[in-house]
Amino acid sequence: MPSDFDVSETLDCKGESCPMPVVKSKSAVDELTPGEVLEMISTDSGSISDIDGWATGTDGVELLEQEEGDDLYIHYIRKTS
Amino acid sequence: MSTDTPSTPGNDPPSRAELAARIEELEEELASVKDAERSGGDKMSIIATKGTLDMAYPPLILASTAAAFGYDVTVFHTFWGLDILHEEHSEELQLSSVGNPNMPVPNVLGALPGMDKVTTSMMERRISDNDTATIKELIETSLEMGVEFQACQMTIELMDYDEDAFFDDVKTGVGAATAVEDMAEADIQLLI
Repeated sequence: MPSDFDVSETLDCKGESCPMPVVKSKSAVDELTPGEVLEMISTDSGSISDIDGWATGTDGVELLEQEEGDDLYIHYIRKTS
Repeated sequence: MSTDTPSTPGNDPPSRAELAARIEELEEELASVKDAERSGGDKMSIIATKGTLDMAYPPLILASTAAAFGYDVTVFHTFWGLDILHEEHSEELQLSSVGNPNMPVPNVLGALPGMDKVTTSMMERRISDNDTATIKELIETSLEMGVEFQACQMTIELMDYDEDAFFDDVKTGVGAATAVEDMAEADIQLLI
């Protein structure tokens, strides 16, 4: 767990494949207030590239960190506006 | 035409300060135009024409993903693409066992009666084993994300479909002109 920011919500996308991790992350981020951070846990190895691409191409979100381990891919996404 | 330069005050060349102010004004205007272009909403327009199980996925996956990027997405379904929006037919989309050299069965066997059912159920099992979303899930998710699904009126009549047979919120009563208008405004246009 990263120490330089607090996680506001955790979204479990284990067992879901493309496009669901991105689509569900978007819906979850919409529920946050600016500044809050979403932790999204996925088993989809494509989510590393997909979440990065989505965060880069989407206004109002910032990808803070991605972790890989034990077939889990964990993403930290901040809602910026 | 006279080449005399009139010396009336109105025709004096603008001062350096006036030019600087004008440049600043234009820069602000350019920035606001750029902002409007960005926040004016990116648009994506997809035309879905195929109704086989494999070809139903790309428009739905791209539509829902683009919606997650903040795009306004319209998907215009025509011909066999209508079956994707048909509540009953969308559950029964088939995978053709012939015409695709990547299929595990040779075409000569694929053409035997019942082979489409076999290849379709193989694919459905794979979809289920890999936790790939079903067509229904993708449609419902896309609708929740604000994707607009349109069913081509001409094809509805050609196929003799009942308008009530489509998923709720599917827009009917639209034709090619609507699709062209959407494509003209869109940043991304795809024919699938």
